[in-house]
Amino acid sequence: MTRYIVRRLLQAIPLLLVISLILFVMMQNATDPLATMGGRTPTRPEDRARLTRQLGLDKPVYLQYIYWLIGNDWTKVDLDGDGVAETPGKRHGVLRGDFGTSIVQTGRPVTTVIWERLPNTLILMLTSEFVIVLGALLLGIYSALRQYSLFDNILTGLLFIAYSMPIFFVALSGMYIFSINFQRWGLPHLPTVGMFDPKIGKTTGQIILHMILPVFSIAFISFAAYSRYIRSTMLEVLGQDYIRTARSKGLPKREITFVHALKNASLPIVTIVGLDLPLLLGGAVVTERIFAWPGMGRLFLDGIDRGDTPVVMGILMLIAFAVVIFQILTDIVYAWLDPRIRFD
Amino acid sequence: MTDNHTFLEVKDLKTRFHTPEGTVFAVNGVSFSLKEGETLAVVGESGCGKSVTMMSLLRLISIPPGKIECGEVIYRDKDLLKLTESEMEHIRGKEIAMIFQDPMTSLNPVLTVGRQLTETLRTHTPMNPDQCRERAITLLDWVGIPDAKNRLNDHPHQFSGGMRQRVMIAMALACTPSLLIADEPTTALDVTIQAQIIELVKRLKQDVGMAMIWITHDLGVVAGMADRVIVMYAGFIVEEALVDDLYDNPLHPYTMALLQALPRADRRREKNLKSIQGSPPNLLAEPVGCPFAPRCEFVKERCVRENPILTEITGGHKTACWVDVKTGGLR
Amino acid sequence: MTTTQNLPDQLLVTEVESPPLTLADLTWRRFRRHKMAIFGAFVLVFLFLYSFGGAFFVTEKYANKTNTKERLQAPSAAHPFGTDTVGRDILARTIYGGQISIVIGLTAAFVEVMVGILIGAIAGYFGGKIDSLLMRFTEAMLNMPTLLILIIMSKFFSDKIANVNILGRTISGSVIVIIFIIGLTSWPYLARIVRAEFLSLKEREFILAARATGTPNWEIIFKHILPNTIAPVVVNATLGVANAISSEAYVSFLGMGVRAPTATWGNMLENAYRYIETAYWLWLFPGLLIVLITLSINFLGDGLRDALDPRSRTV
Repeated sequence: MTRYIVRRLLQAIPLLLVISLILFVMMQNATDPLATMGGRTPTRPEDRARLTRQLGLDKPVYLQYIYWLIGNDWTKVDLDGDGVAETPGKRHGVLRGDFGTSIVQTGRPVTTVIWERLPNTLILMLTSEFVIVLGALLLGIYSALRQYSLFDNILTGLLFIAYSMPIFFVALSGMYIFSINFQRWGLPHLPTVGMFDPKIGKTTGQIILHMILPVFSIAFISFAAYSRYIRSTMLEVLGQDYIRTARSKGLPKREITFVHALKNASLPIVTIVGLDLPLLLGGAVVTERIFAWPGMGRLFLDGIDRGDTPVVMGILMLIAFAVVIFQILTDIVYAWLDPRIRFD
Repeated sequence: MTDNHTFLEVKDLKTRFHTPEGTVFAVNGVSFSLKEGETLAVVGESGCGKSVTMMSLLRLISIPPGKIECGEVIYRDKDLLKLTESEMEHIRGKEIAMIFQDPMTSLNPVLTVGRQLTETLRTHTPMNPDQCRERAITLLDWVGIPDAKNRLNDHPHQFSGGMRQRVMIAMALACTPSLLIADEPTTALDVTIQAQIIELVKRLKQDVGMAMIWITHDLGVVAGMADRVIVMYAGFIVEEALVDDLYDNPLHPYTMALLQALPRADRRREKNLKSIQGSPPNLLAEPVGCPFAPRCEFVKERCVRENPILTEITGGHKTACWVDVKTGGLR
Repeated sequence: MTTTQNLPDQLLVTEVESPPLTLADLTWRRFRRHKMAIFGAFVLVFLFLYSFGGAFFVTEKYANKTNTKERLQAPSAAHPFGTDTVGRDILARTIYGGQISIVIGLTAAFVEVMVGILIGAIAGYFGGKIDSLLMRFTEAMLNMPTLLILIIMSKFFSDKIANVNILGRTISGSVIVIIFIIGLTSWPYLARIVRAEFLSLKEREFILAARATGTPNWEIIFKHILPNTIAPVVVNATLGVANAISSEAYVSFLGMGVRAPTATWGNMLENAYRYIETAYWLWLFPGLLIVLITLSINFLGDGLRDALDPRSRTV
């Protein structure tokens, strides 16, 4: 088992390198940090030239990538434009944990900038995932047991519709109904902006209140998709021979459903949860924009708007890294849960 | 140790499946009875309704799309078809147990064998967990699994096919049921293992004194273990007899054809095995007339019009046929 | 000819405490399943007619006509869907926006299918080092956050391509950009499926026979193996159209997608959330149209999947 884990981790490294290369090249071609410079466009040609050299943009792409990866503190940079490299570089490179400094928030390390926003996104994501899985399990199992009933049919139809909706539609509808219309009708309404009311302060109660609509938007669609999947997985498991055997032994229905069936169904369910989690990081982008939630998604959008390449690269790499690691983790958990694999 | 008291009586059982393609007439009025300690073999080709009949007994059929249209299953003065689901749960596993064809898929792959054994005991008996465990070890010993104590923590995939079937048998007999229904338990196994399992079951049956219904399509197996046989075709019982009577004196053309199709060591080596012409009937149509008529070599005009009723010809030997196969004429 | 031996084991399972279904109930259910796909197809045809046929009733000039005096008007007889922030009629804009959204969906799916088939076929057929290389690349692409990449690429390439003139209409270059970007980021999923099919099919006897008679490789790939992979390709392509329309909507909603002067259902939603308190019609109508088209494509795709792969049994 340990050998399997080690092997997967070793395989992940070249994968991540390839990903980083592709992303880097893409970013270099797509962005021009000098153009926006956080709003402060340098006008004088000498300033532009100096900035170009400072950011290392005058070097060929492959060299820029190498510097990004392993830093340039082992070489000298030509800062004053005389063609002679004299100043030692200050970057340590991604492999040593240095993702560079933000251009927008001048001088602040990218890692710090991202780290500030990451927990906010995580709160949103983890809560959403929890709600999704719990709700979908209940609904999926219930409707699998009630297959062919009217409830099941209507539900399947509704879930299908829900699952086809784009997230902004759900978010906007949610906002419209639960916030604006409720307010008009004099009902207590849900807040739609930010993480907490500045007048009240960053209390847990405030955060929870402000989280309701964003979590609802994120969860709505995934919940539909998960419910459908859990339902069909349960149906498939319930059709297996060993369930027939369990019934013939006179075991109570609850035990058959939740022990015999669910334990088998949980394997594919664990797989999709594991693979889905890191994607939530990226998916938050639209939700955070709509609800002005101060998370990583907003940071990403701001970074693109203002040409903050290092931050954007940092976020992209973080997500790619999470995806790869989670794939490995999911495989490990699956292998651990399934006795057929565990004991081989 | 056979008690001659009839404890199970099935009357006019009809089971149908309402599928998008149409209604499947799987079981069309099956009646038979069973005495304590008796072994009844149910023979017929795939699709003749033998499995569905037994599943209907235990109400294991999925209700939509299946439906038990009518009939009675009287088990010790109780009609099983009229019991509530939770009352049935008390019957299943405890009074009547069932083992199935494919031991590979019939055991839950993610639960230990020990758990699958003890859960029956836990559900149906007042034994505490330790007692259940002890009994589970005894059961595994009894069915011939070596090193039973350690094997309790193993999972089904760690057993071979034959051993898995033994485990299934142990599970079924855990609460010493009065009746064991075995649905083709050896079909999926090697011939040598088959013999072992059959011997095991015969021994266990003697130890426990239970009755048994053994479903098979293999007439060879029947000869070695049954007291009585019923032959099914297209959801009907076409012949019922004591085992020796059946082999010596088959009364139904289908039974005769089955016996003739059997390769036998004591017969002259013929060039070809005789097969039954035609193909199995389409169960999507409501049966009219004798279902075997299209393939029968003795067919008469009455057979096509009217479905023969199962009638007793001589002591205990019943058949559903208008024709006397010895003379070739109508009875 | 169905006999009990063909009945799936699913029939012998959990008893449900609901009244047994009659034949009528079951027939209706099966018919209705097909009905969903047919309904989806009808809605699609309707949306198609709406967008392309509507052009006969409303000119593009009218759709782009700004009139700040009439800005942000609620739905009325003159403007059934209301007007937007610069006074343009939203109904007209949804007609022309729909054309672009649909075209984007179709062409992006086309690009995705082309690239996906090409890479999947080559990797699956030739195997070995080529397969390893291509699959390494595919896997890398699969691990990257697609939406974020779409956003980046779209934002920065959109300005670089000039506006195009087709059929007398000026279309923003960003449309071309987004078509290609969506196509170029969504092919990995299809490529994997195609590769799997090729891996299994290339060992079949009819392929060995073709090779033995000296048929050139490309002919084997395109004329022999590929037609057998139609089923999953068609299903995926259909769902790919919905995915492409959705993706464009997401990206445009954030302001990074299709640019002026071209309207799409997605970019009509841009910044609509700022006016949510005052002007619901800004987002309701384009939003509903997106939901409608995604839904109907999903219905259709589901029906196709059932029709083309009898082994999949979702009820």
